[in-house]
Amino acid sequence: MSVPHVLLALLAEGPKYGLQLREEFEAGTGEVWPLNVGQVYKTLGRLERDGLAESDDAGQEGPQKRFRITVDGRQALADWLRTPPDLTSPPRDELVMKVLVAARVPGTDAHEVIQEHRLYLLELMQQWTRLKEGEARDDLSLALVVDAEIFRLDAVIRWLDAADVRLARAAAAPPRPAAAPVPQLRRLGARR
Amino acid sequence: MSRPGPGGSAVSVLELRGVSKTYGQGPAAVRALAGVDLSVRAGEMVAVMGPSGSGKSTLLTIAGSLEDPTSGDVLVCGMALAGMPRKRKARLRRRVIGYVFQDFNLLPGLTAAENAALPLELDGVPVPKARAAGLAALESLGVADRASWFPDQLSGGERQRAAIARAVVGDRRLLLADEPSGALDSVNAGEVMRLLHEACQRGMAAVVVTHDAQLAAWADRIVLLRDGRMTGHTTRPPGPESLLMPEETR
Repeated sequence: MSVPHVLLALLAEGPKYGLQLREEFEAGTGEVWPLNVGQVYKTLGRLERDGLAESDDAGQEGPQKRFRITVDGRQALADWLRTPPDLTSPPRDELVMKVLVAARVPGTDAHEVIQEHRLYLLELMQQWTRLKEGEARDDLSLALVVDAEIFRLDAVIRWLDAADVRLARAAAAPPRPAAAPVPQLRRLGARR
Repeated sequence: MSRPGPGGSAVSVLELRGVSKTYGQGPAAVRALAGVDLSVRAGEMVAVMGPSGSGKSTLLTIAGSLEDPTSGDVLVCGMALAGMPRKRKARLRRRVIGYVFQDFNLLPGLTAAENAALPLELDGVPVPKARAAGLAALESLGVADRASWFPDQLSGGERQRAAIARAVVGDRRLLLADEPSGALDSVNAGEVMRLLHEACQRGMAAVVVTHDAQLAAWADRIVLLRDGRMTGHTTRPPGPESLLMPEETR
């Protein structure tokens, strides 16, 4: 996640102090992403150095310093909002690897492995849903963050379901020459 | 705190013990359920998940006394359904069990309030009393202002609220729902689950059948069904506070 750009977004609302930025950052991201004060001042220092933010009083340090966004900062923020995040190459997902490995290790029941992960993910989804039912009801930022997590987990569970069906079909089908999954993943351009 | 597994509980509103269901005979026999144990307490919502053909809907129709198991016992509020006379079973369905269906199943010629009051009227409750209960149910679901509207005048979300009102009207104890969010979008579908969960928090027990993990996640417990067998269930997850940032990072 881009902390500098979220800080720029907060500064776009008006000049703010470092501590205030930290509080608003946490509130604005549904209090799900922690941010310590040191990180805030370090990032503000970089923004100032790059001409994206400036402080009222260069002579004062620490909590007394108030920051505001510059014209270049507004442009950088607008550019960032419209720049797609890098989703082009599939990450080397640990869960995908576990299922691929489970399907190959002799004596391992891949269905059981999948089931265990499915139950864990469902329990995680239940927790996020409790948040949605409670605190997120009156907190739009938190509701958006919670939805994002729930959709992400849902996608993983759907993949597990599909993997389960594929493995069951493969087990029922007559044996075929073994594929080489790892080189195929490389060809897909997986990130290391 | 430990919670009872799907196998047993002293205060169960619904209890399935070794329930099996086979359709047909001989080589053509299809086993829809095989030795299912499930116990649902008052105030608890259980979601049953599984792929198509896993036996989810059969489980629901047997729990709702609409179908008999081939073997095993079904108890609703401690009463065994096996051997119960048809009339008594029908009365149990009208008084104790509420159903929510995928396609809402509201009667088009009746208003929302009349639909909500229908199970009570069928059970012989005087019309004014039944209508008042229907209206109260609509009110608890936030659609009292639609009481005199007909189903085709309501939005999808309002129709499903009216259908839930009909399922919880009066003094129902057990709520059975089959894919209750129908074709609603994800926000409205979540709203339906929230309402069902709230009904449980007021003391009902619910079994919700769904293939959708997002909807199942509203339940207190999720049971997985595959080829008619229960293959696993969630245990009580830690509270949502565990997802928020730990204190030491502040």
